[in-house]
Amino acid sequence: MTETKKFNCITCPRGCELTVTLQDGKFQSVTGNFCPNGAKYAEQEVTAPMRMLTGTVKLTGAGLPLLPVVSTAELPKDKILLAAAELRKITVAAPVKYGDIIIHNILGLGVDMIASCDFACIK
Amino acid sequence: MEYDVIVIGAGPAGMAAAQSAQENGAKKILLIDRGMVTGGILLQCIHNGFGVHQYGEMLTGPTYAQRAYEQIKDKKEITLWLDTVVLTVTAKKEVTCVNPERGVKKVVGKTIILASGCRERPRGAIRIPGQRLAGIVTAGAAQRMVNCFGFIPGKKIVILGSGDIGLIMARRLTLEGCEVKAVVEICPYSNGLQRNISQCLNDFDIPLYLSHTIVDIHGRDRVAGVTVAKVDEKMQAIAGTEFQIDCDTVVLSVGLIPERTLINNLPLQFDALTGGPLVDQHRQTELAGFFAAGNVVHVHDIVDYVTEEAMIAGKFAALQAQNNVVGGRRVQIKCEKGVRTCVPQFLFLPDVAEDVKLYLRVSKFVREKHLVVKSGNNVLWNQYLMAGRPSEMIMLDIPADSLQNVTDEITVGLE
Repeated sequence: MTETKKFNCITCPRGCELTVTLQDGKFQSVTGNFCPNGAKYAEQEVTAPMRMLTGTVKLTGAGLPLLPVVSTAELPKDKILLAAAELRKITVAAPVKYGDIIIHNILGLGVDMIASCDFACIK
Repeated sequence: MEYDVIVIGAGPAGMAAAQSAQENGAKKILLIDRGMVTGGILLQCIHNGFGVHQYGEMLTGPTYAQRAYEQIKDKKEITLWLDTVVLTVTAKKEVTCVNPERGVKKVVGKTIILASGCRERPRGAIRIPGQRLAGIVTAGAAQRMVNCFGFIPGKKIVILGSGDIGLIMARRLTLEGCEVKAVVEICPYSNGLQRNISQCLNDFDIPLYLSHTIVDIHGRDRVAGVTVAKVDEKMQAIAGTEFQIDCDTVVLSVGLIPERTLINNLPLQFDALTGGPLVDQHRQTELAGFFAAGNVVHVHDIVDYVTEEAMIAGKFAALQAQNNVVGGRRVQIKCEKGVRTCVPQFLFLPDVAEDVKLYLRVSKFVREKHLVVKSGNNVLWNQYLMAGRPSEMIMLDIPADSLQNVTDEITVGLE
């Protein structure tokens, strides 16, 4: 059975409207993408959708109470809410540097959560 | 104390302007910000998606801000005054500012770049009936609460307006355990980027009501619910279409307005639609030596273009400060036929022609049109437009040799 799905690409602000053709639930082809990233995204999206995760963890010693964090790679979309809940359990102390690993291998998914920016210590 | 260039605001626009001024020969640059750190609003935009054009990768707001800061932090030509509030700016380019250690200081610039960003349109500006209740916040204020201070504004949320910050906050509040019940948009289209509809609303099954608005906010001390109604093509609520949503918080994402308080009293003209001062392609206002960059000129969808435009402002402010400018004349650019806004509003035509980039917005959703730039009957430039949305800025690169036949006025429109 052939079916088509329409959705917007999220890989860049352009947000191309993608039309994906599926054959028996399997990816066949995509149109509407401006660049190759769109084709990759389209196939991933209908196979196993993935999302980046950003959030915050508690921070001490920096004058501000939160450290923004970002995943080093995409996580399965259906694990995003669970992973966000993990962030609430963490507290880190300043100083922090961009790229410091804040959570290693979150939920065992092979992806780390890292600091989005530096935070110096405030005395 | 006299500076070549004084930049007001050290968000992405101000930092890029200062960097570019330094790279273009300015020797004494003063960069002022009221915050304790540089970065401006980017610091509360902890989501990623910034930097695709400038850095070729997706960055979070704080990362983008840090990258921008790293470009300027070791430049001896750039003096950074943080925790400093600018009180007044005069037409003589005197800037009066105050800081806890330095007290009140007056500094003078050969040129000034205003990079003060924008503000959120508040409830009063959109006239929603109802009581003055706790639980009504703008999306940016909610973003700051959640991302910088660790508070949620409420638990059951209705978002009015589908601007990008509202969409981003729909996802963010959901991730923090709130229930986002709906996004209500008065226009028949979303005012945010399509990808934010996808990844912030659709991912979490948050309904988006287009052509709907909030007609009443209920509650006693705190918001208890809203009445939503469908609107007609004149954006008037249609009787009989009302329905209720229980919620304890209303988040407003109803647009941004250039923050121009500091320059309101200067002899400048403002664009009625963008809200910013009129500028030429160098981002120079009508007052010689006064430049503007970033969201104070017109509100952008993405920060990369803020950086790009601010680089232009920084460059020409630096050249002007060094008396390194060529003569020329100015002609006005008028929007017509479906083009709503255009920055720059003026074209400065130097004796030596240069490439020019126009940043446009269309009035409504269009498909398969041509963007045509004309001077009188001469077509200067014609560019195919596959699709244009009011929420997405369109860029038009016009090469220098297409600007040879410019007479008095330039028009840009859809055909």
